[in-house]
Amino acid sequence: MDTANTPAVEPMPELELPRTNYLNAAYGPRSWLFTRDHKRIAILYLASVTAFFALGGFFALLIRLELLTPEGDLVGPDTYNKLFTMHGIVMVFFFLIPSIPAVLGNFLVPLMIGAKDLAFPKLNLASWYVYNLGAIFTLWSIIHGGVDTGWTFYTPFSTTYSNSYVVSAALGIFIAGFSSIMTGLNFIVTIHRLRAPGLTWFRLPLFLWSMYATSLIMVLGTPVIAITLLLVAAERVLHLGIFDPALGGDPVLYQHLFWFYSHPAVYIMILPAMGVTSELVAAFSRRAVVGYRVVAFASVAIAVLGFLVWGHHMFVAGESVYAATIFSVLSMLVAIPSAVKVFNWTATLYGGAISLETPMLYALGFIGLFTIGGLTGVMVATLGFDVHVHDTYFVVAHFHYIMVGGAIMGYMGGLHYWWPKISGRLYPVFLSRLAALLIFVGFNLTFFPQFILGYLGMPRRYWSYPPEFQVLNVLSTAGASVLGLGYLLPAAYFIWSMRYGKLSPANPWGAVGLEWDTDSPPPTHNFDVTPIVTRGPYDYGQQPALAPQEAPVG
Amino acid sequence: MRTQLPLFPQAASLNAHHVDLLTYVWLIVSGFFSLLIAGLILFYMVRYRRRSPGQVGVEQAAPLWLEIAWSAIPLAINLAMFGWGAKVYFDLYRPPANAVEYFAIGRQWMWKFQHPEGNREINQLHVPVGQAVKMTMTSEDVIHSFYVPAFRLKQDVLPGRYTTVWFRPDRPGTYHLFCAEYCGTEHSLMIGSVVVMEPTDYEAWLSGSRPGVSTVDSGAQLFQSLACVTCHAPAPGMPARAPRLEGLFGRAVKLADGRTVTADDNYIRESILSPAAKVTAGWEPIMPTFQGQVTEEQLVQLVAYVKSLAAPAGEAAGTGGAAGPAGARAATSPPATPRPR
Amino acid sequence: MASHPTALAHHFDNLEQQREASTFGMWVFLVTEIMFFGGLFTAYAVYRLRYQEAFAAASNSLLTWAGSINTAVLICSSLTMVLAVRSAQVDRRKMIVLFLCLTILLGAVFLGIKAYEYRTEWQEHHFPGAGFRFAGPDPRHAEMFFSIYFCMTGLHALHMIIGMSVLAALLLPAWRGRYNPEWHNPLECVGLYWHFVDIVWIFLLPLLYLFGAHPR
Repeated sequence: MDTANTPAVEPMPELELPRTNYLNAAYGPRSWLFTRDHKRIAILYLASVTAFFALGGFFALLIRLELLTPEGDLVGPDTYNKLFTMHGIVMVFFFLIPSIPAVLGNFLVPLMIGAKDLAFPKLNLASWYVYNLGAIFTLWSIIHGGVDTGWTFYTPFSTTYSNSYVVSAALGIFIAGFSSIMTGLNFIVTIHRLRAPGLTWFRLPLFLWSMYATSLIMVLGTPVIAITLLLVAAERVLHLGIFDPALGGDPVLYQHLFWFYSHPAVYIMILPAMGVTSELVAAFSRRAVVGYRVVAFASVAIAVLGFLVWGHHMFVAGESVYAATIFSVLSMLVAIPSAVKVFNWTATLYGGAISLETPMLYALGFIGLFTIGGLTGVMVATLGFDVHVHDTYFVVAHFHYIMVGGAIMGYMGGLHYWWPKISGRLYPVFLSRLAALLIFVGFNLTFFPQFILGYLGMPRRYWSYPPEFQVLNVLSTAGASVLGLGYLLPAAYFIWSMRYGKLSPANPWGAVGLEWDTDSPPPTHNFDVTPIVTRGPYDYGQQPALAPQEAPVG
Repeated sequence: MRTQLPLFPQAASLNAHHVDLLTYVWLIVSGFFSLLIAGLILFYMVRYRRRSPGQVGVEQAAPLWLEIAWSAIPLAINLAMFGWGAKVYFDLYRPPANAVEYFAIGRQWMWKFQHPEGNREINQLHVPVGQAVKMTMTSEDVIHSFYVPAFRLKQDVLPGRYTTVWFRPDRPGTYHLFCAEYCGTEHSLMIGSVVVMEPTDYEAWLSGSRPGVSTVDSGAQLFQSLACVTCHAPAPGMPARAPRLEGLFGRAVKLADGRTVTADDNYIRESILSPAAKVTAGWEPIMPTFQGQVTEEQLVQLVAYVKSLAAPAGEAAGTGGAAGPAGARAATSPPATPRPR
Repeated sequence: MASHPTALAHHFDNLEQQREASTFGMWVFLVTEIMFFGGLFTAYAVYRLRYQEAFAAASNSLLTWAGSINTAVLICSSLTMVLAVRSAQVDRRKMIVLFLCLTILLGAVFLGIKAYEYRTEWQEHHFPGAGFRFAGPDPRHAEMFFSIYFCMTGLHALHMIIGMSVLAALLLPAWRGRYNPEWHNPLECVGLYWHFVDIVWIFLLPLLYLFGAHPR
């Protein structure tokens, strides 16, 4: 049914699934729900985040349908306000932030460092349960009628004026935040302490540098939003007045505390996708990423600088002009490591041996769309410009270019690249390319018109709008339909492939990396013998299948 | 209403033109780099495609000068744009001395405007072309945002304090006014328009629509009716129990706890609602709070009145050390018949 | 006693790696706790700078003697915690249990005194909300002090309760001889956590109790 997915190795003999791998090592729900295997936990997360992606996508669909016409005629204004709020909460906290770290990171971090598991396997499983507990609180809000404060929960609307289920939504996010912290903590300790012999820091694949930088942010930033939302809930229940001016509080203090986490949070969402992109560009150009150390340091620089720029969300919020100036210039700085990465990836293509497999399509799409998203980011960091476009569709377009055009494309690319490793199966090539194309076209059609809408002055979170904005909104909704279709395809063929897909060899792409030196799917204990690393991460100097990063494993 | 597909909204103020120029340059820079990267990707993916299954790429690092160049050039561009953007932004917060102060009060889900002459409007603001307008704004409930795309101007409107912004419209017309900070059910209906008129038309409109009492005069009346005069402007021979307010606005004030603050709009408002928060040095903390006894409109009138009180003769009307955004307008004498400006 | 094979987890190569990973993990967790409390400290700092008189007056109304005794209690409990770890290092099984019990007991004393303070503040109508009353110049902002006071000390007390529960969970394994000179890492890690909770209190004491205490 599918065209030959040509691995760059000599033709293999008839393949069987490895006799015992992590998927068939034990059966039954208890073997999954009480597992300590990081690979099974990654699959558990995959199921959860996919479900929430579908839910968040459903809310987006309703939003775009409402915005087909200028009048508010599909749903009422309160319902619309709940839709965009819940779209934001679900997508940010229950999809984007966990996605790559908890699915691909959990699966790959031990494999890529030659370890049997993460440092704290039980903590890993606990993190999934904590995520689900947070999800239950949030779903409780949604089912009982929703929350309408915006995912940003600005006070005093959220503490005093909203009549929706704020407390349970805030608590849901609070709890889910601990899941994030646990994952980050696990990765930091694992990368520091469980590396295989010979695997020095500068022999780590760039995906691990990104996961490390992401984990730093998860661990340092998440507690701040935890306490902030806890205070919002306490204020709502006990009428404390910490953020409510009617009781002596300061709503701008809330914004500072909220954005202190939520800006670094966007780097939690993009850094892993950048890490995936590094892996894909290297694998499908068959050469080391240019400027390895530069890219590695850039990841850490983004994490550190990302903590210094939160005030750029508040240029017109009432912060002083001097504070705004400092945040603006620091925001200009934080863009540089990202730009440097884009140039290094592009330079990696030069002189490469490029193969346009589906993961590579996603990686190249990432580079292009992230460039646009990042450039518009520097635009909104420019003070005079931001005054006009703040809280308009320009900002909405900017962050969707980063989060959908960037982060989700990175996630999709990573799923397509490591799917053979995770499942032992190959997916249909034609459909996967079709999906990538639909996603790329649909995405741009959805969000590019929003840049124009924003500059024209259409504010965000508007249920109804002046008629002159309709044409661009219709284009955007059309694009969203294509985009949605594009996402349905992988859901379908990935599930299909688990039963009917062609079996995959251990290294279908002919890539270099410890994860490719073990079976697809790997055994529960990952490696029969602890690998001893003698080379750098992208040493394609010789035929890749013959010179893995360490001695071949059976 | 236009139905074609324009890309930029109308530009109706000097700031709008400045912002548009900034935008043009950013679009060119962004367009250049986007096309560069996209072009290189497309070119390389064809030029360096894999030609045999076992082929690998070259082993070659980027030269150091290149890494430096592609870090330094974007940094230089970013910093230059930052500087330019900061200048435009600073100008937005430095109203000229001759700016006329209008007041805006946002509430769920409407805008209430008050002209200095006393005219009040709801959801619509008439202003004359060519005059600098300084908006002093507050909210009665949640955070709103005053957004006029045609002026490329936006400022959040907060409960519990005043925020200010200024503009000078340069062409007559009717322009969208939006609330740009999500504020609840009818956020998207909290819209209206700014109507910029030729000066003669504006005068006609002012006198045509019930002028009422000027904001300052309303404030003077409140100052009497709320008995502020008892302590702040006692009759001759009565003991002084509170500092006098003439010339207060814009001056540095020494507080009982040792701090020194500037008496700006927010200071005056806070002193009415929460007098114990900043007690002037040398005075007893006996001022009662008026929280709950005055509306935001009344507060705005009181603040306008206090601001209008000139320093007594022989004493410098101070803006000593004032760093506030206000363009202090020297006051005139006590209430006269309202005159259109 | 020879190494206990049961202590080594399957994914670690040796006990030393396990010990290092686990201690490192606890340090990372404590950093997250610093950030967690940091939000509250920030709110406190902002409002204190803004409403100095009200905060000073409100702070004056707290029971400083209670805070001081509690400080001494907590410092002693950190001592007993260290002694519990030390007992494991010198293989005195029963002393481990003794010192763990003392630590829990001192924690309970702390919570008891805290409860007494809360009760007093409740009776004085200093609990923020509809029933708040404050005899002072700026009650509105004094209420802000109390909001932050109850949040900070409440969160601290919650951390104490969690710590005491974990200590209690260690009693049975300690009694069964699971901690010995070669492996007593769980005690060390909980000890780290306990010391951290103690240090948070050391910061809370001056900020909440002592800043208003100078004569006007």
